[in-house]
Amino acid sequence: MSWLSKVRNSLGGLTKRDTPDNLWTKCPGCGEMLFTREFEDNLSVCPRCQFHGRIGAQARFDQLLDAGYAVLPAARVPENPLNFRDSKKYSDRLKIARAANPFPDALTNALGTVEGRKVVLGVQDFAFMGGSMGMAVGEAFVEAVERAIAEDCGYVICTAAGGARMQEGILSLMQMPKATVAIRRLARAGLPYIVVLTDPTTGGVTASYAMLGDVQIAEPGALIGFAGQRVIQDTIREKLPDGFQRAEYLHAHGMVDMVVHRKDLKGTLASLLEYLERKEVA
Amino acid sequence: MISFLEFEKPIAALEARIAELRTTASDSDLDIAGEISRLEKKSAGMLAATYAKLTPWQKTQVARHPQRPHFVDYLRMGFTDFIPLGGDRLYGEDAAIIGGFARLNGRRVMVMGHEKGHDTATRIKHNFGMAKPEGYRKAIRLMEMAGKFGLPVVTLVDTAGAFPGVEAEERGQAEAIARSIEACLAVPVPIVSAIVGEGGSGGAVALAAADRVLMLEHSIYSVISPEGASSILWRTPDKAPDAAEAMKVTAQDLLSLNVIERVVPEPAGGAHRDAPAAAQALFGAIEQELDALSALPAGDLLARREERFLAIGRA
Repeated sequence: MSWLSKVRNSLGGLTKRDTPDNLWTKCPGCGEMLFTREFEDNLSVCPRCQFHGRIGAQARFDQLLDAGYAVLPAARVPENPLNFRDSKKYSDRLKIARAANPFPDALTNALGTVEGRKVVLGVQDFAFMGGSMGMAVGEAFVEAVERAIAEDCGYVICTAAGGARMQEGILSLMQMPKATVAIRRLARAGLPYIVVLTDPTTGGVTASYAMLGDVQIAEPGALIGFAGQRVIQDTIREKLPDGFQRAEYLHAHGMVDMVVHRKDLKGTLASLLEYLERKEVA
Repeated sequence: MISFLEFEKPIAALEARIAELRTTASDSDLDIAGEISRLEKKSAGMLAATYAKLTPWQKTQVARHPQRPHFVDYLRMGFTDFIPLGGDRLYGEDAAIIGGFARLNGRRVMVMGHEKGHDTATRIKHNFGMAKPEGYRKAIRLMEMAGKFGLPVVTLVDTAGAFPGVEAEERGQAEAIARSIEACLAVPVPIVSAIVGEGGSGGAVALAAADRVLMLEHSIYSVISPEGASSILWRTPDKAPDAAEAMKVTAQDLLSLNVIERVVPEPAGGAHRDAPAAAQALFGAIEQELDALSALPAGDLLARREERFLAIGRA
C-alpha cells in the first residue's frame, strides 16, 4: 500500500464518493464558484453579483412564511386528458417530473402568516416541467383563492413559467380565463391579490393571472414577458434592446410597481398586506 | 379563381380539365357538354369526400386559406349600419382588431374581431391580424361601453396570435391580453364568440372568454401553432402535422372536450368556396345563441359564464 492510499483510507468519510456533487454552485450571473450551503443560506442570491437563483416552493415557503405554515393538498385533475405524446408520452413526462420534484405539479400553495398576517401563498416551480400551466396549475390556483376567501385573507403568488403546458392543448389555454374568474371572485370578496414575478414568467401565464395583481412585484433580473425573445428576434430581425423583458425594464415601462430584492421580499409583503387589510370605513 | 391547397391537387386537375373542355366546346357540342357535366359531378363528389375527412393539419391550412372570408367580409355580409369605433384612448389605433356598433338582423350589437387583410397592402395595414396592446385595450373599451348601454357583444376570432414585437412588449402585451380576458368575463351583457379561422393562443382567447363559443367547421383553436409546438416539443419544424393531431385543434375536437358549444357547418369545400353561405350559417347560429342568452337575467349570465370556465379541468 502506497503512502497515498494509506492517507486516503485514513480519511474515511472524505472519499470522493461521499462528497455531495452539489457542494459548489456556479453562479449563472457572474460565474463565481459559490459554496452551495452559503448560496442557499443567502436565499439563493449570489453574494457577489446579486443574481437571484430559481427556487422551488419549499424554499420559498420557508423564506416568506412564518414557521408553522401548512402546505395545502394538491389539486386533483384528470391526467393526460388528450392522451398526448410527442417523442415521449405526456404521462411519462409527468412521472419523470414527479420523481425529480417534491410536489406533484408546478403550483403549490400553503396557508400561513407573513410576519403574523394570514395569507395563502402560491409558488410556481420552474423545475417542474418549466412551471407550465395546465389543468393542475389552474385548479390549484382556483382552490388557493377559494381557501383565501374562506380564511378571509389575501392570495400571494410567486409566478415562474415558460407558459401554458402544450401537452394539454386547448385545455391549458382555458386556464387563463379560469384563473381570471378566481381573481374576480377574490376581488369581489375585497381581498388582496399580490403577484411576485420571478424568473422566468412568460407566455400565457404572464398574459393572465401573473399580470392581474393589485400590486405587482418583480424579483431583480427576472425575465418577464409575453412572447419569447427568439420569436421576437425572428419577427423584427434586429438586436433586442439591452435588458429587454427584464424586471427593471418592466418597471421602467410601468408594468410593475416595484423590483424587490429577495432579502426584502418578506418585509415588503408584510407591509403591503397591512395596507391592503380590509377595514371598516369610518 | 380559387387557389387550391396541396391536398386538393386531384380536384384542381379535374377543375382544370373542365375549364379546358369549356373553352373548346361550342354550344352545339352535346358530347362535350355531357362530359363536362359528368366531370363536374365527379369533382363535387371528390370535394365533398375530401372535406368530410380533413386531417387536423389540412384543416389548419383551410383555416389559414388566403381566400377564407375574414372579419370585413362577415361584417359586410352579416351586419348593417356598422359604425366603426377607433382607438384605445391610451396610445393608438390598432387595425388588427376592428370593432364598433352594428345591427345583426336588426338587433343592436357591439361587434369586434381580428382582421388579417386580403392582399399585401391590407395585410400590412391590419398587421396580418396580429394585435398589439392597443388593439386589446380598444376591445376592452368597447366591451365596457357595450355593458354600459346593454348591447350584446359578438366577437369573431381569426388570428395567428398576438403580435410578438419589442414595442408590443414595452406597452404591456401580456397585461393587455389579461385585462381583455377579464373584460370578457365581466361584461354584463351576453357575449358570443365565433372562431372563424385561426384561434391562435392568448391573442385569441383575449376575445373569446365568452358565454358561448362557436367554431366554423374547418377553423382551428390552439394553445400554440402546430409549427411552434413541433419546434419546441419535437425540436424540428417538420412535425407540425403530428402536433396538430396531438394537440386536438379542430372544432370537432374542441366540441368533444366541452371547450366550445357549437360547430357551424361550412359549405362544401370550405367557407372560401361560398362565403355568403358560410356567413348565413354563422349568423344564424350566433342569433340563436344571443336569443337564448338574452332570456337570462344579468346575474345568472355572469355566474354561468364563470362556471363555464371553472368547470374546465375539474375531475
